[in-house]
Amino acid sequence: MGVLEPLVLRLVDRARRKSAWLFHFNAGACNGCDIELVACLTPRYDVEQLGIRLEGSPRHADILCVTGPVTRTTREALATIHAQIPDPKVVVAIGSCPASGNVFAGSPMIDGPLDRIVPVDLYIPGCPPRPGAVVQGIAEAIELLVARKEAV
Amino acid sequence: MTPTRLLLALLVFPGVLYAVPMGWLMQASERKVVARLQGRIGPPLTQGFYDFVKLLAKAPVPRAEPFLLTLLPLLAVGATLGALALLPVWTGGFTGDLILFVGLLELAPLCAVLAGFASRSVYGEVGAVREAVLGISVNVPFLAALLALATASGSLQLAQVAGGAPWLVRGPALAALLCCLPVKLRLNPFSVANAEQEILAGPLTEFDGPRLALWELAHGLEWVVLAGLVASLAVPGRGVAFVLVSLAVVPLLGTLAAATARLKINQAARFLWTWAALAAAASVFAALAIRHGRL
Repeated sequence: MGVLEPLVLRLVDRARRKSAWLFHFNAGACNGCDIELVACLTPRYDVEQLGIRLEGSPRHADILCVTGPVTRTTREALATIHAQIPDPKVVVAIGSCPASGNVFAGSPMIDGPLDRIVPVDLYIPGCPPRPGAVVQGIAEAIELLVARKEAV
Repeated sequence: MTPTRLLLALLVFPGVLYAVPMGWLMQASERKVVARLQGRIGPPLTQGFYDFVKLLAKAPVPRAEPFLLTLLPLLAVGATLGALALLPVWTGGFTGDLILFVGLLELAPLCAVLAGFASRSVYGEVGAVREAVLGISVNVPFLAALLALATASGSLQLAQVAGGAPWLVRGPALAALLCCLPVKLRLNPFSVANAEQEILAGPLTEFDGPRLALWELAHGLEWVVLAGLVASLAVPGRGVAFVLVSLAVVPLLGTLAAATARLKINQAARFLWTWAALAAAASVFAALAIRHGRL
């Protein structure tokens, strides 16, 4: 690319910063964190103004948002979905469950915490975290995404 | 139409140089209109461009899959660009370009149906079936309205079709075309085929990175060509009026999308077979009556 290369790289960084698409995976969550994640799309928080979109297919996504303690039945699906997200990608653990197992820790039905199944880049603590915390976490995840230099 | 003019139409106006940024702008402003009506701020107007660049710069997960999955979005982009180049903004065109226009315009949805089946994903197949069913329902009034215009103007040339038909035919025909627009652009309440979240992403579920970018591009071009068709039929001519009327279609569709929820496929088909078909039938009858001197 020659002279144009730094320009193109800067453009790609900018595009990644302004267009992060999320895929939301519920790994056995109680629905508390899921509601708080969806609340970020409502008029009060409106993350769409940052170019963020909740996508239906993992293949379209940049950021994988996982809620729940990763039950035995969701483990395999979680690993498959993580593998299907094209690089660069970032994994965000939303709430206490994917971080530690929370009240489910030690249960024989739990295969978590999340970092035993897929590498986690960012934890958003709380049970559930407030939408403001989720927005802040996603903003930090976007910076991590931009810092990944794969696949330019 | 001379080759130079055709090349200009394909590459400059209303082709690549105009249509690609315009497609991004139209998609972003539709999202913006929906967001404003929901009390949100919504994405910036440059959103389509950033989405496209980001998708291009992603690394698809390597897997064994047919070459068809790369070919189909390319074909969709190419065919829609071809349809754009035929829009009668430059006076001229050639006899029968209406037929070629419809053929090229219909290639992109057909590619989406094929893509859904070729990706062999359950969600892709469900989306493809819905796309096909809606495609049949929407094309009856769409083609009938275009036929009425062609009958009334006595020509199969888009430029003459646009200018030649009296308003008695053009009015209901435009109404029918406007009914078809949200269906062809997969917007609420007719977002049955892509049905985000409900069936993941419909026919495009299995597409990632650059191939998804091509689909998004094809979709943006579909916006420009369909809005452009309405514009060139409403105000025949070229230049500013064409662009302005094209843009005026966007808030119309955005408002409809924000005000409605997704229909079921049978409800969507029933709407098309009654109201859109009624408007199209009215235009056909008016066109036939005028042609046989009864009006």
